[in-house]
Formats: sequence, structure tokens, C-alpha cells
Amino acid sequence: MQTNLPSVATEAKSRSMNWAAIALIGTAIAYLALVLFIPAINVFFQAFRLGVAPFFKNLTASDFTSAVQLTLIIALIVVPINTVFGLCAAWAIARHQFRGKALVISILDLPFAISPVVAGLMVVLLYGNQGWFGSFLQATDIKIIFALPGMIIATAFVTLPFVAREVIPVLEEAGADQEEAARTLGANDWQVFWRVTLPNIRWGLLYGVILTNARAMGEFGAVSVVSGNIARKTQTLPLFVEDAYKQYATQSAFSAAVLLALLAVVTLVLKEILERKTSIKQVEE
Amino acid sequence: MRFPKLPPISIPWRIKIAYLTVMLFVPAIALFAKAATASPERFWRIATSPIALSAYEVTFVTALGSAAINGLFGTLIAWVLVRYDFPFKRFIEASVDLPFALPTSVAGLTIATVYSTNGWIGSLLAPFGIRISFTRLGVGIAMLFISLPFVVRTVQPVLKEMEKDVEEAAWSLGASQMETFWRVTLPPLLPAILTGIALGFSRAVGEYGSTVIVASNTPFRDLIAPVLIFQRLEQYDYAGATVIGVVMLAISLLLLLVINLLQAWGRRYAN
Repeated sequence: MQTNLPSVATEAKSRSMNWAAIALIGTAIAYLALVLFIPAINVFFQAFRLGVAPFFKNLTASDFTSAVQLTLIIALIVVPINTVFGLCAAWAIARHQFRGKALVISILDLPFAISPVVAGLMVVLLYGNQGWFGSFLQATDIKIIFALPGMIIATAFVTLPFVAREVIPVLEEAGADQEEAARTLGANDWQVFWRVTLPNIRWGLLYGVILTNARAMGEFGAVSVVSGNIARKTQTLPLFVEDAYKQYATQSAFSAAVLLALLAVVTLVLKEILERKTSIKQVEE
Repeated sequence: MRFPKLPPISIPWRIKIAYLTVMLFVPAIALFAKAATASPERFWRIATSPIALSAYEVTFVTALGSAAINGLFGTLIAWVLVRYDFPFKRFIEASVDLPFALPTSVAGLTIATVYSTNGWIGSLLAPFGIRISFTRLGVGIAMLFISLPFVVRTVQPVLKEMEKDVEEAAWSLGASQMETFWRVTLPPLLPAILTGIALGFSRAVGEYGSTVIVASNTPFRDLIAPVLIFQRLEQYDYAGATVIGVVMLAISLLLLLVINLLQAWGRRYAN
């Protein structure tokens, strides 16, 4: 009898724990459903509500295809630039000890803290007609605001921190020993970077690149301030979604939204894979 | 001459500093310089005009409410993900990051539809006279969506590292589950929860894409500060846009400082 008592007690406790657990899990999932899952499912439901044919018809409209094109062009330009910058910044920060390091990292994070609209405003104040470089740009007939260059600058601004942020920790974890060993064995800087540093940081770097790309293709606020939102000229896919919705073309808004939602899903899947890769690596070590 | 020679180092450093200067410092200086061209009285008048004051109020109070709600539910979600096993856990865990990956205009579009009076959720609330889309509540829902991941992602790692032994010790010493939670589990989580709330708040305050679509953008009702800046720009009122932009930027910087202090506090707790 006496030996039974504790187990009965723990059983009772674990049963009450189970009810608590089910209630907590249920509440968490219900909240996620209201805020996250139902809106996410709704994107696909609305896009395909009238079947697949209208969906594909929307995807061939010229406004839509040029929006896709512009979105891809911006991402193709911004992602490489910010990758190179991110690598340089991460390397400069992780491989050196200096005073005010935390401050430098905070400065690097600023674009995340600043409202995208304020970011766009800054670009306008620099390159707009009334801006610092306005008269120079007008004289040389270079259009930045309400044109592609301004959209590229705005997108580059909001995606600036991603790569550095992901690479700094992996670079710090990898340490400088292997790089120094390679250098003493006669490797030059390029060789050290390509053969030693890059393989060590590749997953973190790739993760940063994926996040940069997702934000670059999805940015709305900063781009909408500088673009002027002219269909077929300066309208990216996220701007197209909003514009179509405002014009009561809900169906084509959702068709475009599906594409962007798929981008988000692909981003999350890649993120999962990369996270698993890095965690496996940590276990091996 | 006191510095050691750093020839290979200087190239990334130079790129980094040059890029930050062009992309970040010069634009920020341009913003402050433009704001400085307004006289202090004019600056103050624009910054505290009734429409601006109401926009700050709508922005900050709604964002704070959303961040606080996510503080509660985010902690719950992190707790559930760390402590329990249940079907589709991996899927749910991954989906928490959706607001980071989904473009904000898509979020705004679908939230506006789902919570409109004939949407899936909005139609259930309409009979009770509750309207969400195109009101301030809609702004709140959009802010809930975009700030959701922050608390979950800051609390989760702390919770994972926490020793369950301490809780079990508290139980075995006779503490009730409630007592254990309030006295043993919660205190070390607090810095992480507050950091997550501050991060979510900072994000919600600046949010434009989803909120502009969900709101009706009516002044004094659901017009938020970022939308006000945008409208001022559309009217070519650069001074008006800049002044409110500077106010928002100053608040963002302040929040960044608070977040850094909270993180420092959290690190001290961990040690």
C-alpha cells in the first residue's frame, strides 16, 4: 500500500497537468488561429474562390506581369549589394575588438527600428526635387524618386541589417584560428576567405540572404513612399496588391497575394532546413 | 603611428563605413537638417497639432495594447512549444515566423477581408455591433499580427535553458502550481518577455503596410502617425512630413535604447 501511494499521487498530478496542458495548448492554438492561420488560409481561399481559371487569367494581366518583373529586378540588385556589405560589416565587427562595438551593432540595427515610411521620407529628402541633391539631379536629368533607383535605395535601406546580423554570430563562433592557420601556411586574403571563412559561415550567410530577399520582394512602406506607385512603371508586387484592393479588384489583389504568400512559405521552409543544418552541426561538434 | 598596420582589414572596413554613410548617416542628417529649417515654434506647432497628437495617441496606445496582448499570448505560445508535445508542433513552431516572411500588404489585405463585416471572423462579430476592419480595432489586429513573433522568439530560448529542477523543488517544498509559476518560473523570464514586448511595440509603432490597408485612415479615429507622414508627403508638405518623421525617429531611437538596456538586464539574469 505504502509503495503505491506516491505513484497514485504523481498520477493524479500528471492527470491534472494533462488537463492544464490541453487547455494551454488549446488557447495558444486558438490565438494563433485568429491572428495567423485564418488570415493565411484566407489568402488562398479568396484567390481560388472562383476556381483556377480566373486566378491564372489575373496572372497574365500586363499590370501584374510588369509588377513581378520590377520586384525581381529590385531583389536581383539589392540582395547582392547588401550581401557584400553585410559580409564586410560582419567581418569588421566580429574579427575586431574595439570600444563601442555594441553601439556599432545597434547602429547597424537602426533600419529595423525606423518606420519604413520614415526611411522612405529620408530618401525623398535627399534625392527628391526639393532635396539636397535635387537640383543636381534635375540638371543632369537623373530620376531617382518616382523611379527605379529610388526604389532600390529604399529597399536596400530596409534590408541592410539582415546579412550582417546572421553572419556575426557564426563568424564569432567559428573563431579566427583556422583563418590564421591558413594565412601562416601562405594563403592570401582571397584564398582564406573562399576556402576557410566562407565554408564556415555558409549556412548563416545563406539564411541572411534568404531573409534579405524575402524583405526585398515584400517591402511596402518605404518603396511606396518613393515609387509614386505608377502601374506598369513603378509598381512592385506588394504595391500592386494594395492598389488592386483599393480599386475593388479584390480578385486580382488576392491572386498577387498568393504569389507573395508562396514566397513567404518557401522562405520559412528554407529557414527550417537551414536551422536544422546548423543545429546538427552544433551537435556534431 | 601608434596603430598597427592593417592593410587587408581596411577594405571591408572602408566598404562598411562608406555604405553606412551613404545609406544611413547622410539620409538621417538630411532628415534632421530639414527639420531644423523650421523655426522651433513652427516645429512645435506642427509636432503638437491636434491631428498629429491624435495620430500619436492612436499609434502608441494601439501598439502598446497589441504588444501587451502578444506579451501574454507570446509567452503562452513559447511555453507550450517548449514544455509540451502535441500534433503538428513543428508546423506551428515554424509558422510563428510567418509575420516576418509575409509581405505586409498581403497581411493587411487578408486581415481586412477576414475581419470585415462579411468576412469569416468579422461576420461573427457584426451582429454584436463590433466592427473591426476599417476601425482602430483593425489597426490593433494588424499590429498583433506583425508583432506576434517577437515575444515567442525572445522567451523560447530562455525557457529552454531553464532548469525544470527548480520548479520541481518548489513543488516538493509545498508551493502550489500558481505560486511556483509566479515566484519561480516567471521572474527569470521577465527580461525576455519585456524585451519581446518592446521589440514588438517598436515594430508596431512603425508599421505602415498592413495598417494602412486595414484602417479607414480617418483623422482622429484610426489615422496612425506613419500614414499621416505619408499623407503629408502626398500633399507635398515636406515640412509637415519631416517634423512628424523626426518625432517618430526620436521615439524609435529611444525604444532601441530601452531594448538594449532590457537585453543587458536579461544577460545579467542569465549569469
